[in-house]
Amino acid sequence: MAQPKTLFEKIWDGHLVEVQEDGTCLIYIDRHLIHEVTTPQAFEGLRMAGRKVHRPDLTLGVADHNVPTTDRSKGIDDPESLLQIETLSRNCADFGVPLFDMNDLRQGIVHVIGPEQGFTLPGTTIVCGDSHTATHGAFGSLAFGIGTSEVEHVLATQTLLQSPLKNMRITVEGDLPFGCTAKDLVLAIIGQIGTAGGTGHVIEYAGKAIRDLSMEGRMTVSNMTIEGGARAGLIAPDETTFEYLKGRPMSPKGANWEAAVAYWKTLPSDEGATYQKEVTMDAAHIEPQVTWGTSPEDVVPISAVVPSPEDFDNPDKQEAVKASLAYMGLTSGTPMEEVKIDYMFVGSCTNGRIEDIRAVAEVARGRKVADHVTALVVPGSGLVKEQAEEEGLDKVLLDAGFEWREPGCSMCLGMNEDKVPSGMRCASTSNRNFKGRQGAGSRTHLVSPAMAAAAAVTGHLADVRKI
Amino acid sequence: MEKFTKLTGVAAPLDMINIDTDMIIPKQFLKTIKREGLGKHLFHDARFNEDGSENEDFVLNKPAYRGAEIIVAGDNFGCGSSREHAPWALKDFGIKCVISTSFADIFYNNSFKNGMLLIKVSKEDLEKLMDDAERGANATLTVDLENQVIQGPDGGTLHFDIDPFRKYCLLNGLDDIGLTEQKADKIGDFEAKREAAQPWIPGAAKAV
Repeated sequence: MAQPKTLFEKIWDGHLVEVQEDGTCLIYIDRHLIHEVTTPQAFEGLRMAGRKVHRPDLTLGVADHNVPTTDRSKGIDDPESLLQIETLSRNCADFGVPLFDMNDLRQGIVHVIGPEQGFTLPGTTIVCGDSHTATHGAFGSLAFGIGTSEVEHVLATQTLLQSPLKNMRITVEGDLPFGCTAKDLVLAIIGQIGTAGGTGHVIEYAGKAIRDLSMEGRMTVSNMTIEGGARAGLIAPDETTFEYLKGRPMSPKGANWEAAVAYWKTLPSDEGATYQKEVTMDAAHIEPQVTWGTSPEDVVPISAVVPSPEDFDNPDKQEAVKASLAYMGLTSGTPMEEVKIDYMFVGSCTNGRIEDIRAVAEVARGRKVADHVTALVVPGSGLVKEQAEEEGLDKVLLDAGFEWREPGCSMCLGMNEDKVPSGMRCASTSNRNFKGRQGAGSRTHLVSPAMAAAAAVTGHLADVRKI
Repeated sequence: MEKFTKLTGVAAPLDMINIDTDMIIPKQFLKTIKREGLGKHLFHDARFNEDGSENEDFVLNKPAYRGAEIIVAGDNFGCGSSREHAPWALKDFGIKCVISTSFADIFYNNSFKNGMLLIKVSKEDLEKLMDDAERGANATLTVDLENQVIQGPDGGTLHFDIDPFRKYCLLNGLDDIGLTEQKADKIGDFEAKREAAQPWIPGAAKAV
């Protein structure tokens, strides 16, 4: 009998073009997403060497990191942002790469539009010059972020040189309690394994709590895999996956659809497949989560207090905690629920999808954003925005005092105008609470969309279960 | 790509864990369309005060370390985003080698593509090297890639492991893309077989 394989091993083995004597593998790439920040130097490299894009039909471009989220008819004020976006357009035109430009309805965050268009498919290898490429693993694809030199390598050859990775499985059994979402689940996972917990591994998420998630929820979990140190986070494809993909513009059609689904059903890990690392958790014990520090592993349940350095055994971590608390302006022992906020951001490749907007609207309905809070809701794509408006969610949000913006990466990393000012505190549905991430001196608390909305309407970090 | 064979240089101690790519090069400097010129922004928020003056306490601003070519850092160096601007900024500043107990995977790959050597050592060895680095300009380390040895200022040596293919590429200054292009036939054969078996793979982006 054949050796039992994991989902990751099946995809990896199916994409091996060559294995070198030293074990380095040349793997084939089925899908390459490109955006304006990490590609200009790659195209410049191609030009200098007189190379072409080998497979423009497997490459899709979109501008997302730098785009303004306000009225786009006015153009882009920042000359550097403008140059980067124009450079992407010119490169795509010169090399024949399909592009959703800033004014295309389908434009949006690269990790929202890939799945939305059906470009993301189970069993494929997907790369992008962006660490949150892990998002696409939710479909049972091997998807990971790469650097610009690797982007150039993929553009030129549609392959990548990679060392084999190890298997890690995170099994979450049970049911998520009331008020808890995929975001709380993944934050709790990172809190448990730490930001280097998955380094060198590919994570497979398994168990009932994972299977019960919608595709949007699964994408939130896979998205933050990189915050746990692993480059890719896979979830076995099932009927939920197929249902999501059916009829999307780039999904297989007709007989190809039937053949694809039959193949996709062979992908889940075989019984008896081995994992070098295993973690198990019970979803029933998870509470709504909130970060307090400057690393995504600095996370506690909303009912907890700000920790103190002495709560940690590792002396290096104690030093890091002291520095984090000073930066965040927090005192050990303060209940998280008493921490006042100035900004709220809902959006990003982690939580910029339709379900996320619905969750915010549900809390917002009939309530008002606190007077001292600026609250931005930024849909992940033009199509998410359109759907939310069809459902009337924009009205609910605007009536409650939230701002309703155009799609893009926005305040997740503040490369456009959307920044949290120095010393200000933001409840954010994004993925990183690093120092200065949302703007120089900004203080970030990572939360779910519902928790962000609860913070916006109360004016402080709040337990959505009490609202 | 430049070759990396043997380096003798000042090692700067950065005794912190989880030094992320946002710290190495903040987002406002990612708007460039060039690889060069990022060295002046390396570790921007730690290196400069809000008024733009230098923070005297930051290690790379201290006279002994201004010409550092090696960084000795705490665990999980380079975590966070995939931005290759991080190794570009380090390299542009003059850093050619980073030593830590562990590195984030994407940062690790990116650095080697730019001719930089990243060395993983044990916790005990890191503590020793961190002590060496604390000695400032007297703290030159010699990194010998061919023999996989780091020599400290007191003459002591320690061995390090490295993937043979990465070593080969660094020693010879090889450009990956050129190497892969020599395998065009194999890639072509793979594509033909794969697309016959999974005809839904090709052409997807043409639906735009």
